[in-house]
Amino acid sequence: MSERLADWTKGEQAITFQTCGACGHVQYFHRAFCAACGAADPRARRASGRGRVYATSLVCRAATPETRALVPYNILLVDCPEGFRMMAHGENGLAIGDTVTASFKPFAGKLVPFFTKEA
Amino acid sequence: MSFITGVGLTPFGKHEGSSSLDLMSKAAQSALDDAGLKRAEIDGILCGYSTVSPHIMLATVFAEHFGIRPSYAHAVQVGGATGLAMTMLAHHLVTSGVCRNVLVVAGENRLTGQSRDALIQALAQVGHPDYEVPLGPTIPAYYGLVATRYMHEYGVTEQDLAEFAVLMRAHACAHPGAQFHDPITVADVMASKPVALPLKLLDCCPVSDGGAAFVISRERTGEAGVHIRGCAQAHTHQHVTAAPALSALGAEISIARAKEAAGLTISDVRYAAIYDSFTITLAMLLEDLGLAGRGEAAARVRSGHFGREGAMPLNTHGGLLSYGHCGVGGAMAHLVEAHLQMTGRAAGRQVRDASIALLHGDGGVLSSHVSMFLERVR
Ligand SMILES: [Zn+2]
Repeated sequence: MSERLADWTKGEQAITFQTCGACGHVQYFHRAFCAACGAADPRARRASGRGRVYATSLVCRAATPETRALVPYNILLVDCPEGFRMMAHGENGLAIGDTVTASFKPFAGKLVPFFTKEA
Repeated sequence: MSFITGVGLTPFGKHEGSSSLDLMSKAAQSALDDAGLKRAEIDGILCGYSTVSPHIMLATVFAEHFGIRPSYAHAVQVGGATGLAMTMLAHHLVTSGVCRNVLVVAGENRLTGQSRDALIQALAQVGHPDYEVPLGPTIPAYYGLVATRYMHEYGVTEQDLAEFAVLMRAHACAHPGAQFHDPITVADVMASKPVALPLKLLDCCPVSDGGAAFVISRERTGEAGVHIRGCAQAHTHQHVTAAPALSALGAEISIARAKEAAGLTISDVRYAAIYDSFTITLAMLLEDLGLAGRGEAAARVRSGHFGREGAMPLNTHGGLLSYGHCGVGGAMAHLVEAHLQMTGRAAGRQVRDASIALLHGDGGVLSSHVSMFLERVR
């Protein structure tokens, strides 16, 4: 396995993805192997944190007491130039196609990626 | 050949004091009575899952409770596609000679058996535990994401989506077992509380108690025969983050395979029973399946195409959106209604011709798909 890079899913201010040394496949959900060809040890890389909005949904009815206190919050799917799609939060009013940049915000006890429109 | 020899369906809504097993038993007894079969003649049992009463062996729990000792039994879990996936498996079990009569059953006291928060939380777990769930999404949010993208690519509006809720409610008004009987308008849908925009409360199916069951048999037991002409599945992803492009979703793949298995085309279809967890789900599936052109399904609703008197009657019981959604049994109600229509037993809801029906189920976030053609034989 390659050394672990900082990642938001571990509470650190970074977005990482994996690339396969054998076939070049890019994957966002980390695994010990490439989901396209099965090769072991895909390499972890740090993403630029830039992207383009693929879809949005403003959550107005949340499921838990912790998240209900935070509505409305905007959930996004963001296409990143490195070749993967991710789910994140973003400022309200973002539109599909907007170019966005990631920062990080606390949300219901965790750190989550938060995208804002690039100036 | 395989035949759907009996169907059973409870009313959906509140069944205060009924357990999942109670609702399953009620539906199963109706299906057996409808098929004219006794418990001892059932040699296979397939059942769905219950979020209220999860169990690692629900099929044998049910078999013992109901009083059957089958030679084949287990539960199946494919989210909203479970009912049709079980039917497809039952079809293969009887056509291959493993079973003679398979009971397919599901039921859940999803409305009165747990808090709404507990349910929403349980269902949100279809999201990825590390990469999605920490962001606080809900099932409506997953479909809300799909909706904004679909609206963006095909010029569909929120008013367009509202048409599907209005149609399903109009159909539910004619079914005494439906959860909702008050007519609604597009304006009502638009004014309903925001849930996960662009989806509002009336774009979303309710939570219900209820049960549904069918018997799939090698030989027909009654005069009117409904047989499974062909079916197929497609599974492209689990999580919406990993979903393919809108043009490559599983519904198009499964319908292509089902058409080939059945030797039928969409122009042969006379009745449609399509999964409708949200208005966007129904709009997309109708277009993915070829029952409407891209971005044109809402216009077809407005023109009456999918109404009881229209060229392609759709979910004449009211669908998940207005008959109700009790989990696995929810989408099974679509097949029960199709069967009643095909056998001329839909009373005031009867359509002119339901000789060939297309059924489609979707599980997850457009993740798992089952398409199925039923045909009436004399
Ligand atoms: Zn690879």
